[in-house]
Amino acid sequence: MNVAKRTFDAVIVGAGGAGLRAALQLSEAGLKTAVLTKVFPTRSHTVAAQGGVAASLGNTTEDNWHWHMYDTVKGSDWLGDQDAIEFMVKKANEVVVELEHYGMPFDRTDNGKIYQRPFGGHSMNYGQAPVMRSCAAADRTGHAMLHALYQRNVRANTQFFVEWNALDLIRNSEGDVLGVTAIEMETGEVSIFHAKATIFATGGAGRIYYSSTNAFINTGDGLGMAARAGIPLEDMEFWQFHPTGVAGAGVLITEGVRGEGGILRNSSGERFMERYAPNLKDLASRDVVSRSMVTEINEGRGCGPDKDHVLLDITHLAPENIMKRLPGIREISIQFAGIDPIKAPIPVVPTCHYQMGGIPTNYKGQVIVPKDGNPNTPVVGFYAAGECACASVHGANRLGTNSLLDLLVFGKSAGESVVEDFQSGNLSLKPLPADAADLSLARIARLENQKNGTDVHEVRLAMQRTMQKHAGVFRFNELLTEGVARILEVAEQSLHTEIGDKSKVWNTARTEALELDNLIEVAKATMISAEARKESRGAHVRDDAPDTAENPNGRDDKNWLKHTLWYRDGNRLDYKPVNLKPLSDDVEPIALAKRTY
Amino acid sequence: MSKRTVHFKIYRYDPDKDEKPYMQDISVELEASDKKLLDAIVRLKTKDDTLSFRRSCREGVCGSDAMNINGKNGLACLTDVDSLPQPITLRPLPGLPVIRDLIVDMTQFFKQYHSIKPYLVNNDPPPERERLQSPDDREELNGLYECILCACCSTSCPSFWWNPDKFVGPAGLLAAYRFLADTRDQDTNARLDNLEDPYRLFRCHSIMNCVDVCPKGLNPTRAIGKIKDMMVRRAV
Repeated sequence: MNVAKRTFDAVIVGAGGAGLRAALQLSEAGLKTAVLTKVFPTRSHTVAAQGGVAASLGNTTEDNWHWHMYDTVKGSDWLGDQDAIEFMVKKANEVVVELEHYGMPFDRTDNGKIYQRPFGGHSMNYGQAPVMRSCAAADRTGHAMLHALYQRNVRANTQFFVEWNALDLIRNSEGDVLGVTAIEMETGEVSIFHAKATIFATGGAGRIYYSSTNAFINTGDGLGMAARAGIPLEDMEFWQFHPTGVAGAGVLITEGVRGEGGILRNSSGERFMERYAPNLKDLASRDVVSRSMVTEINEGRGCGPDKDHVLLDITHLAPENIMKRLPGIREISIQFAGIDPIKAPIPVVPTCHYQMGGIPTNYKGQVIVPKDGNPNTPVVGFYAAGECACASVHGANRLGTNSLLDLLVFGKSAGESVVEDFQSGNLSLKPLPADAADLSLARIARLENQKNGTDVHEVRLAMQRTMQKHAGVFRFNELLTEGVARILEVAEQSLHTEIGDKSKVWNTARTEALELDNLIEVAKATMISAEARKESRGAHVRDDAPDTAENPNGRDDKNWLKHTLWYRDGNRLDYKPVNLKPLSDDVEPIALAKRTY
Repeated sequence: MSKRTVHFKIYRYDPDKDEKPYMQDISVELEASDKKLLDAIVRLKTKDDTLSFRRSCREGVCGSDAMNINGKNGLACLTDVDSLPQPITLRPLPGLPVIRDLIVDMTQFFKQYHSIKPYLVNNDPPPERERLQSPDDREELNGLYECILCACCSTSCPSFWWNPDKFVGPAGLLAAYRFLADTRDQDTNARLDNLEDPYRLFRCHSIMNCVDVCPKGLNPTRAIGKIKDMMVRRAV
């Protein structure tokens, strides 16, 4: 097959929030940049974010970045790197104000400032009371943000390759990254995008689970590409189950509903979060709320004929406030639950939502791997930001509204790093190896020629059911052990997928098969990392690591205060230390403590 | 909802193998959990993987799965499958070139969107903090900024079918008014100049198909009327 070559200063894969924010840095600095995206930019999954973006603007209640940093470290159950967290919370006001200047239609306070609402795990004065930190555009913050970022890129003349699927990462024998291969949907042709710098902003892989708030496109493409190219994936055992997915449908209901006063109730109408988190109650951290809900259901206090969900109640709020602040939620409830939340509570259940782990990076957005004794050696020419990356600011559990902040701060930071490295002459166009496109071409040829193979839909379903059963909200030693064996079987089946569609033009069957290759890498990384981590921390809570005096909440800092690194080759695990030291002297390290809300 | 069989008539065309488009009759048994039209065609695709369509968020915010459903444009993910008379006839959005099956080439649609300069213009040096905007001024953007660029409106508009290269179309004009209505934007005159043309704005004849089909309940015709008002006020 003939493979066209295109050459750029930089190639960005993904045009969601992180990719678009990075692209702005490069376009405005005049770098010749290609942004590859498998969907038109405004269709990226950032569009579905609802409740807000965190910044300690203090527009309504007093706030400062120290409190935000404390909440984020505590939310991460101390697995987050404190240098990256300090960097992120300090940059928050700047990147949010920039968005406002780009035209983002934030809601406003009476004095004309950006409207802010309370959100889970965000507090004033180190955990004392909820703080209003989430900057919101009604309950459509992600939509408003993604469109504002796209619009700013139109102004900056960013060059997009829309409906191009990146296939594989290209590295040379030194391990430097030289770009990607990609296939154009409309023609089925494979090209090499050869660049001095490659930024991955490919989003998460929430579709490894059966029940997910995530879009169909969230298939972990960047993680799959990185893993196949020998880059380890960090902390993949940590997945966030959002407390409020619509029961049965999985569609997200923002935590902003609870920020505006919504209450979770069990079958007897009890506000059960008062028992689990006496201080922040319904606004405790997401992992805590999800586990409380599952406990209520498991102990027979679930709602509905099958007692399989709980209720999110906003019937006590003023209807005009619901229409003004939560209009999208009302639409979603009517559409997907058949319920008008002004009149009746919404049936909700914890649903897979966000991947805390990802491609290891530092706070500059450089991808880092262990090399020559240094666990954090940058890979020349390779950067990552947003949900696909692990900086790590979310550690073992992300706070709501910190994801939109993450993609702004680290999208910008990765873009700045590329511009800096480019201008200082640290980046060059290195010769492509002769076999640069071979892996991608072989994957496509296999799909073309596979006979008597497995069915993409069936294999994907088997993976999703395995992940749901064996690596859910609560984890069990026995289920994890079985889960590893089971997911390896499914991975074997995924090597022989067969498709009926052989067309060159817009072949979505082929796309789904190629996406499954990426999903399955993420699923293996998750199950194997989870089985190995013999403690409870953040979103990873297992039956054989209970709450004891020595290990509060089951967290074992003596043995497990460390990041997991999973390598595809041989499913090998490695570990590296958590950075407990902030970036500057402006703040003391946040000392380890038991997490309560 | 129990298991039930749904019958479809679907526009099919693969330029790689079909000489011309045809309508395919096909049925599929749905699972109890398949409630939306998108669920049904995703189920159908497990039976015939050559059926091609765009989809992503499945909750009506990304704008990918717009199509012509029993003669009316809409989003598959927001359409209850059981509410549709059968056979359910699915065609690609009208008026745009078909690439394959239900997938249209949206180049012309986005070209028109880009032509209205869909970004805020404010030439004052940016302040250190946010620019202030009163809640009432912000309220003016409601019903405008929520557009998801699905193209249901523009591809249901006869004026856009006739002059897709010259008439901006309802989606682009809604976006144009979104910036005209924003108190932070300083480009009002240039924006109006850009639309002062027999085609770009004035081909709208208030047929209101756009309002009828918008899956987000937006009203491009009203926005177009407001732009026309601004033109008139500027002229006198």
